Amino acid sequence: MAITSAPGAIRAASRPAPSSPAGRQRTSLGRKVRDNLTGHAFLIGAVLCFAVFSWYPMVRGIVMSFQRTRRGETTWVGWDNYLRILDDPSFWTAWKNTFYFTVLALVLGYAVPFFVAILLNEFRHAKGYLRILVYLPVMLPPASALFLFKFYAYDPSDAGLFNAILKALGLPTSQWMQSPDMTMPAMVIASTWMNMGGAVLIYLAALQNIPGELYEAAELDGAGVWRRIRHVTIPQTRLILALLAMLQIVATMQLFIEPLILANGAGAEDSATSVAYLIYQHGFFQNDLNGAAALGVIMLVVLAGFSAVYLRLTAKQD
Amino acid sequence: MAQDSGTRTLISQAQLQRGPGRAIYWTLLAVVIIGFTLVFLGPLYWMVTGALKSGQEIAQTPPSLFPQDPQWQNYADAWNNLALAKLLFNTFYYAAGAVLFQLVFDTAAAYSLSKLRPVFGNAILGMMLATLMIPAMVLIVPQYVTVIDLPIVHISLLDSPFAIWLPLVANAFNIFLLKRFFDSIPEDLMAAALMDGATPLRTLWSIILPMSRPILGVVSIFAVTAVWKDFLWPKLVMPSPETRTVSVGIYAFAGGTPMNVVIAASVIAAIPTVIIFLIFQRNIMSGLTAGGLKG
Repeated sequence: MAITSAPGAIRAASRPAPSSPAGRQRTSLGRKVRDNLTGHAFLIGAVLCFAVFSWYPMVRGIVMSFQRTRRGETTWVGWDNYLRILDDPSFWTAWKNTFYFTVLALVLGYAVPFFVAILLNEFRHAKGYLRILVYLPVMLPPASALFLFKFYAYDPSDAGLFNAILKALGLPTSQWMQSPDMTMPAMVIASTWMNMGGAVLIYLAALQNIPGELYEAAELDGAGVWRRIRHVTIPQTRLILALLAMLQIVATMQLFIEPLILANGAGAEDSATSVAYLIYQHGFFQNDLNGAAALGVIMLVVLAGFSAVYLRLTAKQD
Repeated sequence: MAQDSGTRTLISQAQLQRGPGRAIYWTLLAVVIIGFTLVFLGPLYWMVTGALKSGQEIAQTPPSLFPQDPQWQNYADAWNNLALAKLLFNTFYYAAGAVLFQLVFDTAAAYSLSKLRPVFGNAILGMMLATLMIPAMVLIVPQYVTVIDLPIVHISLLDSPFAIWLPLVANAFNIFLLKRFFDSIPEDLMAAALMDGATPLRTLWSIILPMSRPILGVVSIFAVTAVWKDFLWPKLVMPSPETRTVSVGIYAFAGGTPMNVVIAASVIAAIPTVIIFLIFQRNIMSGLTAGGLKG
């Protein structure tokens, strides 16, 4: 991409030079006001949408988490919502499940795309075909893809796709979503299959920006393939790797549609309940919008914590 | 990205052309092509053909590779019983409106921030970009409460397409993408237009937009796929059966419908985005990587 940023001195260059100093004063003031009004007129549509659907809800979410609405009457209740949420055992189950998912997804959904990208970057043939294949699942509606996994892949009988493959290979079959131990790995597999294409393409773009001379030099120094990956590829893509790790954590924390469709929400022995699913439950089934708002604020604080750690780590490396 | 065939990568061209390197390269390539086809295309094949099997055939062990007696009826049932025509129409309608609203408002905003640069422009841009840090799930409840009773005007957008269109305009990623593109358009062009007495609107329409077709295409495709893939938000704000999107509709019917019919409906729901992808794959992939991740 050859997009270079050149914001400019248009204001100075664009105007015909005014003839007299007195006229200059007047026109430039009137012009300035008018130019600014025009500028804001172009902005107003987007700004209103941001205000109503993004900025205001953010503030309102925090306010709601300290209120309670009963029979149309809203009162301030301080930390009551938070205390009630923290008291609920499913809160801790949900966080445990969500962190477990995040860690598994980091191992599978983060490392695998990186090595897939390194591999694809070496091929001189079938590049386009392989890229299309990897990205194709990203384009499916998640609900469609998850019904495929739920009904065909994770069928706990031997007629299911995965069990048939395991059986053909002589491996033990699994109960998949019906087994509390397999629920999370099964959701991570489905989620990685659906989403890894985006990460692969971003890594590929980053790999193509590595100067070839670095590999050349490493090779002359006698570095093998693995050492070249460790000492050239990874350091050169460090920033993208760190950024995608952060994005991945934010995305996996919002785990919702996988438990909803694959596990009908909570899953076997609550093994699928996620924090996002809990927000949905409180907000839209238990008539507890305030509790749901409190859960949202807690999620935001946890993610802000991760971001702070991330900024610390990346700042140190530079 | 264009000259990637010539650049040196992890393993040198020479190494791949010599004896053992060459053999390893071709073996690995074959393994990866077959493996990726099985992993990424295989499930889709399973989905399309599985929906053609009868209830008995789908439960048989080991599963059959080809449907023995294709039940086209499953697809017909999905189409009729789930009213897929209506669901698909709704989703198209929401997607088309989302493209229109995003193109008009986000382009205007990005143009203003890039070229007109009014006072507080940077502060506004900063506040827009800050929303990228806030996960959607955190906002879902207050956003829903806002939509069912809009501030000041006190109307509810429930079951109205505006409940999908307007929140999508608040897309900082689009504005960032568009602004970056507009920034790359030389200021001289703008200056020349202004000298000729063109208004800012006319400059946008006759000079900036014609040059920005690629990025407008990317934004439009992203808008369509975002609406097509979204699930929770349309489920919440489009509660009545007449206004549902296709994903939500299939989910709503999944409980009381035979498995193969649900899968057949899922296949039909996925066809539009897959077609869009196959047609526009170049734009989608370049848009994805241009998205400022290496900014």
